[in-house]
Amino acid sequence: MLTLLYFAWVRERIGLPREKVETGAATVADLIAELIARDEAYALAFADLTSLRVAVDQKLTSFDAPLAGAREVAFFPPMTGG
Amino acid sequence: MLRVQAEPFDAGAEVNAFTAGATGAGAVVSFTGIVRGDGGLRALEIEHYPGMTESAIAAIIAEARARWELTDVLVIHRYGLLELGAPIMMVATAARHRVAAFQAAEFLMDYLKSRAPFWKKEVGGDWVKAKAEDEDALDRW
Repeated sequence: MLTLLYFAWVRERIGLPREKVETGAATVADLIAELIARDEAYALAFADLTSLRVAVDQKLTSFDAPLAGAREVAFFPPMTGG
Repeated sequence: MLRVQAEPFDAGAEVNAFTAGATGAGAVVSFTGIVRGDGGLRALEIEHYPGMTESAIAAIIAEARARWELTDVLVIHRYGLLELGAPIMMVATAARHRVAAFQAAEFLMDYLKSRAPFWKKEVGGDWVKAKAEDEDALDRW
């Protein structure tokens, strides 16, 4: 089981803050492809990956990052702290 | 020291307490970010990623400590509903000499802006967009 977290407008577009999924996706990109195939809301949220960031187990990473052993994947827009 | 909190804070009192505890320092630099009332903004809502927020800021502080000789570092960052004029966050750095304290404070600010998982939304409006110049600012370090 993988926990997916969504923040800011990604959360709003998908309509959920978090969910658990069963997936055999090898990479973040594979996971995104699975989600997009599932529902229009995901297709909308993941339409432009240049405006998205991903963290695997709370560490920023790239879309080709492997998911082996991962417990938590978070998707969000570029951060606006400070 | 690192605090992530919803509650407001008194930046002046924080700097005084930080300075009083900064044994061996000859310089203290602080920065406070406040909610700016641009374009009819009423308030800001800040979302964050509990857990990653703390670990990301701790890593940024560790990097600053590795690069500059600092006697102490303080980062406070708020989340939730923030009124106009309210403090959003602050950093304070203490060092033997001022150059390290100034540079480390700027480094912390640049990284907190683009690498700590916070997202600002204008209440009644839209998500604040990340600026390209904030990402570019990381290149100078």
